[in-house]
Amino acid sequence: MSLQVSDLKVYYRTLAGDVKALDGATFSIDDKEIMGLAGESGCGKSTLGNSLIRLDGRMKYVAGSVTLDGKELPIWDSDGMNEFRFRDVSVIPQYAMSAMNPTRKIGKMIGELLESRGHKYREIRPELLRRVDLVGLGRDVLSRYPIELSGGMKQRMVMVISTLLDPSLLIADEITSALDVSTQRAVAETLVSFRDHGFVKSMIVITHDVSILYQTADTMLIMYAGKLAEKAPTKTIIEDPRHPYTKMLISSLPEVGVRYADKKLAGIPGAPPSLLNPPTGCRFRARCPLAFDKCVEEPPFVQIARDHWAACWKATGSDA
Amino acid sequence: MLSLNRVSKSYRVGIFGGKELVAVRDVSFDVNEGEVVSLIGESGSGKTTIGRMILKLIDISRGSITCDGTDVAGIHGGAVKSYYRQVQGVFQDPFSSYNPIFKADRVFTMIRGEFFPHMSRSEWSDKVEGALRAVSLEPDQVLNKFPHQLSGGQLQRLLVARALLLDLKILIADEIISMLDASTRIDVLNMLAELKGRGMGILFITHDLSLGNYISEKTVILRRGSVVEMGATDKVFGNPTHPYTKILIASVPQLHKKWAEVEAEIQARGGSDSGTCLYHKAYPPKAQVVGVVDDTPTMVEVEKDHFVGCFDLGEGTCRLA
Repeated sequence: MSLQVSDLKVYYRTLAGDVKALDGATFSIDDKEIMGLAGESGCGKSTLGNSLIRLDGRMKYVAGSVTLDGKELPIWDSDGMNEFRFRDVSVIPQYAMSAMNPTRKIGKMIGELLESRGHKYREIRPELLRRVDLVGLGRDVLSRYPIELSGGMKQRMVMVISTLLDPSLLIADEITSALDVSTQRAVAETLVSFRDHGFVKSMIVITHDVSILYQTADTMLIMYAGKLAEKAPTKTIIEDPRHPYTKMLISSLPEVGVRYADKKLAGIPGAPPSLLNPPTGCRFRARCPLAFDKCVEEPPFVQIARDHWAACWKATGSDA
Repeated sequence: MLSLNRVSKSYRVGIFGGKELVAVRDVSFDVNEGEVVSLIGESGSGKTTIGRMILKLIDISRGSITCDGTDVAGIHGGAVKSYYRQVQGVFQDPFSSYNPIFKADRVFTMIRGEFFPHMSRSEWSDKVEGALRAVSLEPDQVLNKFPHQLSGGQLQRLLVARALLLDLKILIADEIISMLDASTRIDVLNMLAELKGRGMGILFITHDLSLGNYISEKTVILRRGSVVEMGATDKVFGNPTHPYTKILIASVPQLHKKWAEVEAEIQARGGSDSGTCLYHKAYPPKAQVVGVVDDTPTMVEVEKDHFVGCFDLGEGTCRLA
């Protein structure tokens, strides 16, 4: 087990009260596992990703613990986390286009970054060059400014920088959503190759694009309204989902080959609940076609088969 | 109904406008009644520029766009208003299309003031209600609300409803669902398909091949301002001929097939003469004569309703040219 998260709760402070964006998440990620994290916007997936590396001013740690390789991460303590950031936990931010300092040449910026972490640029440079080659960039990028690189090149450069110190956990937040299809594929494949080369031990890939996860992730975690809905191997999630939300989400995706004239897809009626005062019981109840009396109680996120967890009374087989 | 004939758009760039940047080059296609045409291209391929030219938001450099036989570039003064009664656009970001200070249904009131000043109140509210029903919205859920109280899908559908208040024949839908969630995306797509059933012509501009494939009859694939392949959607997707189309289709993430499998499939179908430019095989390149307009077609028909352009991908990959 590389990462273990138990009952993690992170709220946003607002004038109207706490927004319960992440309300009790318990899961673990194995070594060498790429976990995809998917859900609608506002379901708390970025909150979960961010809380593992940095809580910004509006975010409030409420409860729970995060253990990485046997060590507990002090995620409530921004200074205490500094020791782990970049070395043990690293992130590829959503807007890699603006992640690099525009006033520095890329090589110089990496040097400054490494020195701030107590590493010598000269010692790491050979490895850096090797990885620049690996992602298909010319070595001269290090003497260029970020503005001289295209979107896909910047994205790959940021990926190299983020993983330079071989972190144990890498969080990739929507890194392919702003890219064109052909670049998207290159970036996604690079991500998998980083795991295969052992640059990172495990990965959380956050995206709303389920089909990208089918191509890259080993397992998938589906979130809904601040809660975990289902976690299982990718193939199981796509082909045999148990949670009604996952089922509806997967069946609403148009694919190459599916035509309106042949097969009319349906969306999920309604909208996710407000997280300021979330409903009690199952949060998907209002939109769920299978909802029944028991759904007023909150379903626990339990194991229903090998490597398969779900939070639904119907999926646990209590009466299905 | 709407017809583009060798439309080009170029910009003057550089100091003193010394260089010419061609954003759209010799694009021709038609949008007919009851038809969805998807215009697919990556960023910078000129797909939005084409939409903006049709909507008269920017001028056309060369070529012509005609709507029911009238040249769009020649529409001036009062005639512009009647053109906009027939042709309307909806754009990518629903959140910035509204003024956050006013209620969202102000977009309807503005249409009334501009186009229907003499319509009675009850007649008007019936009309609004009808338009909202056509986009599957409940009037009491969306009227009298501010933009922040509505979801992206609702806002986007309101904009389409606004366009429906006019005697709309052509809708330019420029990436209207790329900012929406997967669960509401499909509702907006199905709504477009229903409008198509009522006889509207829709130009569906997108970068997402699977969305284009889902609803359109005709597909136009753009690369760097030129059409590389177009035709009936099932033919373009079922039998991609141009190398660029093949690359695009191989890169689309699919739900039940891994990338490697898709690529193997396309290669297996490739046949013996893959790589030879079918366009230049049909129209051998000829020397350019100064002063004579080159009227060679820009595409060659490879099968019925399926056209491809030159196979050149920029690095001199077309050996015949």
